[in-house]
Amino acid sequence: MKARKWGIGVLLGFVLAGWALAQGGKLEIFSWWTTGGEAAGLFKLFELYKQKHPGVEIINAAVAGGAGSNAKAVLKTRMLGGDPPDSFQVHMGHELIDTWVVTGFMEPLDELYRKNGWEEVFPKGVLELLKWNGHYWSVPANIHRANVLWYNKGIFEKYGLKPPKTFDEFFAIAERLKKEGIVPLALGDNGIWASTHLFETVLIGTLGPEGYKGLWTGETDWRGPGVKKALETFARMLDYVNPDHAARSWDQANDLIIQGKAAMYIHGDWVNADYLAKKFSGYGWAPAPGNYGVYDALSDTFGLPKKAPHRKEAIWWLELVGSKEGQEAFNPLKGSICARTDCDPKLFNPYLQWAMQQWKTDAIVPSLAHGAAAKESWLAAINDVMSLFVTNKNVAQAQSLLAQACVDAGVCTR
Amino acid sequence: MRRYRRVAFLLLAPSLLLIALFVYGFILWTGWLSLTNQNDLIVPQVRFVGLENYQRLFHHPRFLIDLKNTLTFSLIFIPGSLVLGLAGALLLNTGVRGEGFFRTVFLMPMALSFIVTGVAWRWLMNPTSGLNLLFESLGLGFLKSGWYTDPAVGIKAVALAAVWQLSGYTMALYLAGLRAIPQTFYEAAEVDGASPWQAFRYITLPLLTPVTLSAVIVLGHISLKIFDLVIAIAGISGGPAFSSDVPALFMFVTTFQANRFAQGAAISIVLLILVSFLVIPYLYWSLRREVAE
Amino acid sequence: MRRRPLFWLFVYLALAALAVFYLVPIYVLLVNALKDYREVSVEAMWRLPEHLSLASFAKAWFGDPKTGMTGLGQNFMNSVYLVVPAVLLSVLLGSINGYVLAQWRFRGSETLFFLLLFGMFIPYQSILIPLVKVLMALHLYGTIPGLVLTHVVYGIPITTLIFRNYYAQIPRELVDAAQIDGAGVLGVYRYVILPLSAPGTVVAVIWQFTQIWNDFLFGVVITNKPDVQPITVALNNLAGSFIVEWNVQMAGALLAALPTLLVYVFMGRYFIRGLLAGSVKG
Repeated sequence: MKARKWGIGVLLGFVLAGWALAQGGKLEIFSWWTTGGEAAGLFKLFELYKQKHPGVEIINAAVAGGAGSNAKAVLKTRMLGGDPPDSFQVHMGHELIDTWVVTGFMEPLDELYRKNGWEEVFPKGVLELLKWNGHYWSVPANIHRANVLWYNKGIFEKYGLKPPKTFDEFFAIAERLKKEGIVPLALGDNGIWASTHLFETVLIGTLGPEGYKGLWTGETDWRGPGVKKALETFARMLDYVNPDHAARSWDQANDLIIQGKAAMYIHGDWVNADYLAKKFSGYGWAPAPGNYGVYDALSDTFGLPKKAPHRKEAIWWLELVGSKEGQEAFNPLKGSICARTDCDPKLFNPYLQWAMQQWKTDAIVPSLAHGAAAKESWLAAINDVMSLFVTNKNVAQAQSLLAQACVDAGVCTR
Repeated sequence: MRRYRRVAFLLLAPSLLLIALFVYGFILWTGWLSLTNQNDLIVPQVRFVGLENYQRLFHHPRFLIDLKNTLTFSLIFIPGSLVLGLAGALLLNTGVRGEGFFRTVFLMPMALSFIVTGVAWRWLMNPTSGLNLLFESLGLGFLKSGWYTDPAVGIKAVALAAVWQLSGYTMALYLAGLRAIPQTFYEAAEVDGASPWQAFRYITLPLLTPVTLSAVIVLGHISLKIFDLVIAIAGISGGPAFSSDVPALFMFVTTFQANRFAQGAAISIVLLILVSFLVIPYLYWSLRREVAE
Repeated sequence: MRRRPLFWLFVYLALAALAVFYLVPIYVLLVNALKDYREVSVEAMWRLPEHLSLASFAKAWFGDPKTGMTGLGQNFMNSVYLVVPAVLLSVLLGSINGYVLAQWRFRGSETLFFLLLFGMFIPYQSILIPLVKVLMALHLYGTIPGLVLTHVVYGIPITTLIFRNYYAQIPRELVDAAQIDGAGVLGVYRYVILPLSAPGTVVAVIWQFTQIWNDFLFGVVITNKPDVQPITVALNNLAGSFIVEWNVQMAGALLAALPTLLVYVFMGRYFIRGLLAGSVKG
């Protein structure tokens, strides 16, 4: 009789413990990192998290497709429906601020920043982009650089070329290569964002970092000569891209460099991760033409939704993401650099080490194509303009539509 | 009969209720949304703005191109599937050996989802290495095209992939239809001295009309909602200069990327009105036809 | 009508040409699925693989724990749990509706039929948000039953159409005879209609099975947690947002399409017989 009571007690104990574990201890992270280095990096973070907080069940709610467009659609349906994840991947800057912060979905993270001393460790340029209304709203996991010129070393050596510093140098090289039957510039804009990406580097190169930043605050005139020149330069660049650019996604454009069919590729530094994954080492890099001294930055960040079902666990996640340990584990795998300035360079490959160096000294500007510079509806409008411009190269029409987009976004007045 | 009417109605009730909510209720919600200013995730003050969203829509270059594309797509997809399906059915109905094999091959594309079809055709329609390469090597260079990368072609290329996917369905419909025609009709015609072409024109085609009508409804609704296939082939931006863009894709991007919910709702309502103008008379006509038979 | 050999030659050539047209894309999918990652590229799409490799199929199915790719295997059963009830229910409702609308025409039944049918034409993207809200209110959001309900509701129009056209073929005399024997609406259904339903049911089942198995939009929006998502969502997730392993994608696409492919291979003839038996007449 005693044994039976004892047995029941033990059983009840297990049941209660199981029930207790099932109650607390869950963390749902939403992202679009489903394969490759991105997923590997995410998983490393999950591993670290489990070491620090055993007993928390991590749910990986990742959705692939369209550089995040599927995931964003699902996220919006969930948030509007009142079922937020505990934390979600979102680009720093206006994508986060205008979509989720201004609309009141997120909690401010000032306390967390104070507690973890992040204001000392993230560069000022990044802190500016994470702030709104005097508060911090997300924690940056990484920094990617958008304005990089990648080139096939073999081709450059063969023709005795050096990476172009200015647009004039670029066009000189491009002319030469075109005559030799090599595609001067690779482009893969089956997703039109890739063209917007290329255009933003031209904007930076034409207007300079301050002029470029002014576009997003209304200080730089969209109808002015600077933007006009940028559009003309961009149109000229498009004369030197592979004719099947509309059929290729960004990674398929990268294949042209790998196969030696194209010489140059102006694109973000996830291209580096692609080379490594495809075991190609015959490439070099430099800042995009006209972009020397400027770091066109984008960042994947995580925030805290107001109605996060497991708030405590979510905060632990944010602390991990912003920590030196977390960033040093995540970024080498993801192929980006830390947002923190105190990470150990020895953990990173040669390109990333170069990027880390530049990060310390370059002027930081927010990326347009990746959510930092402008809110989503503005970016969508600009993407639409690019769709038309890449085909018809009509500078006047594009400039007028771009100016209108700024007005529609509520930033410009005319 | 009246008693029966009650039972009949009760049997229909669950479906009617579900459709009332999930279709008509949602349509009303969408209509309401399109008349407001909710073009952000949360709008501090929700107001009625009348037809403002619609006005902006009709001034948007993308939307006008989309409407044109839907028309172009339907004009290629629907007749294309019907003709190819009929041709296939006529061939299969000759009683060849191996009919089963060919029939299976023709039906297979239907098993794939539009996304999978889109991925395959996107590769095939790559201007430098897909079908163009094949045509080149077979000496059929004149067939080369920019496909969806060429703004002049755009949606027509997508329509080709759609015909590939669904012509098996029309073929199956027509095959069944052909087999339903009594052999005696043809025998009588032969006795009367009619040529095979005349038999086809005056016996076969008219008797296949109901099949055609039925197929057009199904193909038509796919035409108006085409979405996955466009994204898989031309990308979420709808191809160069929106040459492959369709309203459903524009609606998706407007709502879920640009967060312009009211604007997206306006697109949906315009699509629905378009559908109504086409579908209502069509259904009315084909139902009347049936009663006449 | 005896035919000359030239005729048969023409027929075979034409059939072969059509067969090539239908098989080429499948060839591309298959050939590239059998290559390994470095070999697969748009440039080389026509070439046969250097080394035949089933690795991409394995990877597509089992995933790759190192990179967190979850593979299709885990979601296969979800699709089964989704498709079986959804097909059964939507076909059942379609059958009842089609029967009533075909055999028991009363004033307004044509209008009701039209109202039911119109549901086929709404673009699903436009109703996602209210759909999610309704499902949440019913506590079905994020679950397979919620997805089943969605597919049943949006499948009603097409199954009703299929069955109505099919049942319209059944001679009125059979129904009248049963009525004289004392059968009511349900009785006629049970004793006259149901036994004759096989061909129409085959068409409806095959059509619904294909649509629901291949659906992506509802799957990705309604089932938001990975462990309940259907196979189409898992297939989509095989592609990273940035880096796509095309060989795995294509292998995955073929694997995900296998059930529906098999259905058409083995049931194709019944599909056509079903169409023949009556749903043909518009």
